[in-house]
Parts: sequence; C-alpha cells; structure tokens
Amino acid sequence: MQTADSARALFPGAADAPVAATPSRSLRSRLARAADLFAWPLRSSHYLELLNPLWSTHTTWARVVEVRDETADARTLVLRPGRGYPAHRAGQYVPITVTLDGRRQGRTYSISSAPGRPPRPGCFAITVKHVPGGRVSAHLVRELRRGDYVALGVPQGEFVLPEVARPRLLLLTAGSGVTPVRAMLQELAVRDALADVVHLHWAPRAADVIFAHELHALAASHPGYRLDVVTTREGGAATVPGRHLSAELLDAYCADWRDRDTYACGPRALLDAAATHWATHGREDRLRIERFQPVLAPVAAGATGGRACFRRSGVVVETGAQQSLLRAAEAAGLAPAHGCRMGICHTCTVTLRSGRVRDLRDGRVTDEPGARVQICVSAVAGACEVEL
Amino acid sequence: MSAAVVLPRASGADMVADTGPLSHLRRDELESFGAELDSIREQVLADRGARDRRYILGLIRTQRALALGSRLAMLAACVFHPWLGLPWASFPAFLAVLGLGTLGLTIAKILENMEIGHNILHAQWDWMGDPEIRSDRWEWDIVCPSSQWRHSHNVVHHTWTNVMGRDRDIGYGMLRVTERQRWSPFYAVQPFSFLLMMSLFEWFIALHDIEVAHVWSGKRSWEEARPLVRDGLRKAGRQVLRDFVLWPLLAGPFFLWVLAANLVANVLRNAWTFIIIFCGHFPAGVHHFAKRSVEGETRAHWYARQMLGSCNIEGGRLFHVMSGNLSHQIEHHLFPDLPSNRYPEIAPRVRAIAARYGIDYNTGSLRRQFGTTVAKILRLSLPGPVRTRR
Ligand SMILES: Cc1cc2nc3c(=O)[nH]c(=O)nc-3n(C[C@H](O)[C@H](O)[C@H](O)COP(=O)(O)OP(=O)(O)OC[C@H]3O[C@@H](n4cnc5c(N)ncnc54)[C@H](O)[C@@H]3O)c2cc1C
Ligand code: FES
Repeated sequence: MQTADSARALFPGAADAPVAATPSRSLRSRLARAADLFAWPLRSSHYLELLNPLWSTHTTWARVVEVRDETADARTLVLRPGRGYPAHRAGQYVPITVTLDGRRQGRTYSISSAPGRPPRPGCFAITVKHVPGGRVSAHLVRELRRGDYVALGVPQGEFVLPEVARPRLLLLTAGSGVTPVRAMLQELAVRDALADVVHLHWAPRAADVIFAHELHALAASHPGYRLDVVTTREGGAATVPGRHLSAELLDAYCADWRDRDTYACGPRALLDAAATHWATHGREDRLRIERFQPVLAPVAAGATGGRACFRRSGVVVETGAQQSLLRAAEAAGLAPAHGCRMGICHTCTVTLRSGRVRDLRDGRVTDEPGARVQICVSAVAGACEVEL
Repeated sequence: MSAAVVLPRASGADMVADTGPLSHLRRDELESFGAELDSIREQVLADRGARDRRYILGLIRTQRALALGSRLAMLAACVFHPWLGLPWASFPAFLAVLGLGTLGLTIAKILENMEIGHNILHAQWDWMGDPEIRSDRWEWDIVCPSSQWRHSHNVVHHTWTNVMGRDRDIGYGMLRVTERQRWSPFYAVQPFSFLLMMSLFEWFIALHDIEVAHVWSGKRSWEEARPLVRDGLRKAGRQVLRDFVLWPLLAGPFFLWVLAANLVANVLRNAWTFIIIFCGHFPAGVHHFAKRSVEGETRAHWYARQMLGSCNIEGGRLFHVMSGNLSHQIEHHLFPDLPSNRYPEIAPRVRAIAARYGIDYNTGSLRRQFGTTVAKILRLSLPGPVRTRR
C-alpha cells in the first residue's frame, strides 16, 4: 500500500501539496522520518539519491534500462522506476520529465506494457513517436541513452479495460495511438481473455506500424483477436481515398461495432470522426477516447494575439492568437511549471493580473483581474499580464 | 584598463547631479551606461542552458557528499580515542580525523549557505523549472528561515542598497559603518559587537529579519512579529537539535567532542560569511546615498548606485566559489538573478564599462577590503569628524 508520504513524493513539484492522511506506522517510514531529522533541512532521501537515484523518494526517478527502435521514428524505452512505485493498469499513462537545454520539460506518455508482464521484472515501457518539430519526443527518441534518468509522476488515466472477464472489444488506433492498446492486448493475452477483439489500425505505410511484428504474431496465435491494418499512403505520397474512418469502412471491417466496447486512440481527425459517428448513432456510452492533444476550438476569424507580459520574470512577448501562453513563455526562455499541457492537471495555473486571455479549448474569453488561468490552453486576446 | 573618456561638459541642467560621484555625467551618458549593462544582462539570459545546470547540480552533489562524509568522519574519529583501548588507539589520530571532519563540515556549510542557498534564494536558478531548486521552496542550513530572509534581503536590501534610512543592512542596526549615522554611546562598544556578530552571525540575521529592535521599541506590533518569531523558533529548534543533539548522540560517550566539532564548524562558517558579506558594502571608498537622491531614479541610475554601493574582492576561482561569488558583489548587485557562475565571466566587461564612464568600481584584495572595514568600525566607534582616506 502506498503511504501519504510516498504519494506526495511521487508527484514531482507537488512538495507543498497538503497531506491529510494519518501518519504511517510502518517501521520503514518511521525510520525514514527519524533519519530526516539528521538530514534537516533536506531529507534523508536527498543523500540516498547521491548513491542511487532510484532510492530517492522526494523525486521519483526511472533509469532507462533498454532502448529499442520500433520504426524509423518511434522508439520504446524500458524504464526501471524507483522502489515503491505503484503498479499501473493497462491503458494508463505516466507523466515524464526530462531536461532540455538545462530546463525541465514534462509530457505524458501511455505505458505500452501490461502491468506485471513487463519486458523485465519491475520495469515498464513507453513508446514514443518523434513528432516533427517536437522537443521532448525528439529527445526521447533520438538522444536518451541506456543508463540515463527521467523523472516520473504516478500512473493515471481512465482509459482502461472494462471490469469484465472476457470483454468484446473494438480497438481503433492510428500511429503512436497504439501504445495504450498494446498494453491492453498484452494484459488480455496473459489473462487468456483475448476471445473477441477486433483491432483496426491506421498507418501511412506498413513499415510505419509500431509493434507490427508482435501484433501480427498475436493475431496468428489467438483466433479471438483480429487485426486489420489500413494503410493510407501506400506507394506514393498521396493519401488513398476512402481509407479513413467512415460508416462504410466500419461496416466493412466490423459490422457489429454497436455491440462492442470501443477504445480509440490516435490523431485528432480519427478521434473526432469516431466521436461523431458513435454520437449520431446514440452509442457514445460505448466509446472511450484517449487524446494525446487537447481539443481546441477554431479561433474566430479576426481574433488577434497580442502582447503578453510575464510580470514576475519581467518578460514581455508578442504572441499569436493560437499559441498558448505556456509555449510563448517557453519560447522566451522561461520554464513555467506544467504537467499535462492539455488543460487537465492545473499544474500550470497562474493568476491573471490584467488584460484578456482566450481559452483555446472553447474560445471563452476571461478578463477578470485575479482570475486563475491555465496557461497551457490559454492565449492572449489583445494584451494580458500574468503572474509568471 | 581603458581610461575614462573625456566628455565635453554641458550646462548643469542636463547633468545627473550637482555633486557626488555621478556629477561628471550627463543624463544621456548615464542612460547609455545603463543600456550597456542591460545588453550584458540580455546576453547572459539568452545564453543560459545545460552548462549552467551542470554547474549547480555538480556543486549541490559535491556539497551533500562533503557534508555527509564529514559528519561520518567525526563519528569515525571516535574509534581512535584511547578511552576505547583499541589496538590502533591514538589521541593525535583522533584529533586529526575529528579536525578533518570539522573542516569538511565547515566547507560544506559555507558552500550550502553562499554559492548554493543564497543564490537559489535570489531566483538565479528558477529558469530551470526544477521543483527541487526553486527560490520559493528552498530551505537553507542556517537558523533564519529562507522566507523571512528573502524579504529582508531581496526586497529591502537589494532595492535600497546603501540608501540611508531605507537599507536596513547598513550596519545591521548594530554597527556604525558610515559617518552619516549619528554617533551614540551605544556605538562605543562596537569593536566587541563586531566580534560577537562575527561568531553568531546567523543568529543576528534571524533577529534582524524579525526587526527585533522595532518590536522592542513598539514600532512593529507584537501581533505582526508573532508568526515570524514562531517560524524562526521552529527552524532554529531543528537546526540546534540536528547539530548539537542528534549527531553528537550518535557518538555515544564522545557526545561532547562531536558537539564541540559542530560548534566550531558553525562558528567558522559564521565568521567566513560575515567577513565576505562585510566586504560587500563596508570597505573604504564605498558610497552611501540620501533618500532624496534616489527619488525618481531611472534604471540606469539604479545601476550606478548599485555599482557605487558595492565592493568586490579579488581572488582565485576556488575563492570565488567559497564566497558564493559575493566576491563579485558589484555584478551581483547589478544582476541579482543571473546565475552566479556567470559573474566571473562578465566582471571584466562590467569593469571596463565602469572605467569608460568614470564610475568607481571598488575592488581589492581580501586584506584590503576587510582591513579597511575593520579600521572603519574601530574609528567610527568614536565620535568626531572623520578624515577621508582612500
Ligand atoms: C494521455 C497522453 C498520452 C500520450 N501518449 C503518448 C505515447 O504513448 N506516445 C507518444 O509518442 N506520444 C504520446 N503522447 C503525446 C506526448 O505527450 C507529446 O505531446 C508528444 O510526444 C509531443 O511532444 P513534443 O515535446 O515532442 O512536442 P512539442 O514540442 O510540445 O510540440 C511540437 C509541435 O507538435 C505538435 N504536437 C504536439 N503533440 C503532438 C502529437 N501527439 N501529435 C502530433 N503533433 C503534436 C504541437 O502542436 C507543436 O506544433 C501522449 C499525450 C497524452 C496527453
Ligand atoms: S499543464 Fe496541465 S492544466 Fe496546464
């Protein structure tokens, strides 16, 4: 079981979060508390970290123990987290923090391995696709080496399997969206529950399919698992028409989609098409979606960006109507605290001093001084001044 | 070093001041002096990166390893004490190992207070976005809580450096360091206050931040001071418990020896930080300012005041690290939030700019800077007009 103390330590940057639980009575935690008195104003964990980062409890570190290329631009990293790291459920994701040019950068990645069935005991894997122009994905895919360390948050997320022994599933994935689903498939295979699962995966070309070998092998050995790979750009660069998600395509590949629990993960276009389709047929309760990026409202024509003033750091920048204040601040060399970068975790929240900001998710404009704004999904609307 | 440019003198109206250290400059000259410093700041801000992070992380690791190693050495020393009667027993060996531990702990505490703690609390490393190295979360290893010090130091002292009646760090309310402070019989004992403050410096800083004198005289209400006192006592309690009870207890029968070693390490650390800090604003030739002279001050004028009110100490690389780069007090006061490892790099440029505009850049050996400080303290303990000597 996880004690309050260790839970707090697992959220990097949450050192001042209130801890309400009763003090733990276990011998180890009592020893650790006693040792902390000797280490004050640090904690004993700060000294243990010198010997082995994986013994640290104030920051949860993971060591990269294996690096494996999946495709030309996707790579699996096998991570060994520190002691006491909580087990995840297949489909969940984990916050990962790396250092780029001296600054800490956090992103979230779906765990691509099933709990308890990791590539190595006590480890789990993430699989990252290099996004063109992407900063963290480039670092994870191109630069991180065996023996390097990354900081972890706790596994989280509701994109998990239903509590049924042998679920009837339809899995819709594209690109790197296959990662959480791969963990689910591993889990089902181990539980011997891969009885009636249809998996539709989209990729530009066959060579771009992450885990292709493993998934085809799984399909070959499990009659209850059917895999269909839809390639959208075979041969030349042009997109093959009629290959994207549509009513016809769905009926052709999985006529009984209405009766299945459906899990979808991939680029925005796929997820939006799925959400619309399931909603028009009144089946939205059977569809679960995992988004890697926030859903943004179209920015109204004529909307302008403007001047953002980061008061505490004394930095002023001109930014566009589409760019989040978080990215604008990072581009100006600041390193604001952040977590999910898609409006979920509130780690990035700051106070608006004056001016106007637009919420990029719904276009709502806030101009009330003192309002708390999530800078990862807010852009300046005219001019604004925030406590940053 | 380049000589001061000879500038055509204009009429008094566009001059910065009628008298004083800036009276030779026109306003537009002062502004371009400010612009040159601004551009140094911009360059360093844009250039911060992986190299700086490696520096501070390496230093923090070294400091922690040294602190822990030294405390363990103090305990290990006990096995040499003749009282245990072990075959290798030897009193000199006992003292040598204990002494080594004491020296190591002193150095670790100095690094922690100055190059690490002081500079982190100045937000020099906030740009890294590291939750473990942030100005608003860092707690340092002296009795004064970081939060209280950050206010009195960063806000009051750094804004009002050497402005009479505003900067509470002028003599810390205990000492007369400029003849602009009116003499009172209280200052007659200042040679002794000076020594007392040197050995108990951290405690004075803690009391200074609560503005004890103001609470005493009723200028500051007890209600206002109570939470500060409570936090201060809590922090002090943990410090005392750790250094003077818990670690000595681990030495069992040698409790008093280890306690003494901790005491020595704390006093030496206090003395060293005191010496460095007193060399920052008190040596001969440093300038003080009237409240009136800073009204409506521009940024360039503020830069000039910071330069005139601060003093550097010359020395090698190790010396600068051990002084928390406060040996570059001028650069620190001009740019309090630039990473300290950059001060030695920009110092030659700052000095060249100062020379070109004919603004005093007060620098000298530790001997010169501390010597003139002590001389001043002694002289100013007595009333009477002071003969200026540079
Ligand atoms: C719950 C969750 C799970 C995730 N799981 C995975 C995973 O298993 N594997 C994986 O590779 N990624 C995953 N991501 C995406 C990941 O968190 C990063 O967003 C992605 O790696 C890009 O980060 P970056 O720093 O390289 O790009 P940035 O430097 O932040 O962005 C660069 C550019 O790329 C665009 N961009 C950002 N993210 C994406 C994206 N996902 N697809 C296309 N364009 C993008 C940005 O709009 C920007 O224009 C997940 C995200 C979430 C929220
Ligand atoms: S970073 Fe999570 S809400 Fe903004």
